[in-house]
Amino acid sequence: MDTVILISQVIMSLALILTFVRVVRGPSLPDRVVALELFSTTVVGLVGVYAIKSDVASFLDAAIVIALMGFLAAIAFARFLERGGPRDD
Amino acid sequence: MIDFIKGTLIIGGALFILLASVGLLRLPDLLTRMHATTKAAALGVILVMLAAAMHFAEVGIVARSFAIIVFILMTAPVAAHVIGRAGYFVGSKLWSGTVKDELRPNYDPLTHELKSGLETQENAKRQPRETDPD
Repeated sequence: MDTVILISQVIMSLALILTFVRVVRGPSLPDRVVALELFSTTVVGLVGVYAIKSDVASFLDAAIVIALMGFLAAIAFARFLERGGPRDD
Repeated sequence: MIDFIKGTLIIGGALFILLASVGLLRLPDLLTRMHATTKAAALGVILVMLAAAMHFAEVGIVARSFAIIVFILMTAPVAAHVIGRAGYFVGSKLWSGTVKDELRPNYDPLTHELKSGLETQENAKRQPRETDPD
């Protein structure tokens, strides 16, 4: 089981790196917002795997909070874009 | 047996998240990138949370992980819709191979108005309503 968890952590870290490449490159601000949302989703997955690994169920609460923050950040960024905030792509 | 199912769920979830990030990196424009990330990443997290529910196997924790699943199923489409809408309005470029953009002939980016193409002279006039701001 430990090997499986290690492999999945490595895979998700790779996913984080690839997402970060898009955050850095991403030609426009909406692309970066999408990448940041995927970032938070990936972190939720990592926290879930870590909860299984450490046998502490309270990490799932942290996962809920991170998912909520990611959602609110996406909504706020979208409002910001639609209202025509200053952009520096 | 339980360990085998758990391991399969965890690896499957991690692979779906990796697939989402590869799609985010490789696909050509905003909408196709969103189509990759929203669905694949949501499925990946759902699989990981199912594995967590099977691992702990207590009522409260299973309910909690199912709450995460329901939350992600509810918020992922909403967030994708809002970002896609904002991205279209600020004029992010579509991929050059895009076949159809049904909003383009009907939407006026300057006045922010949408037309159906079926207006008559009568109902094209805007009726003032009581709920109007000013």
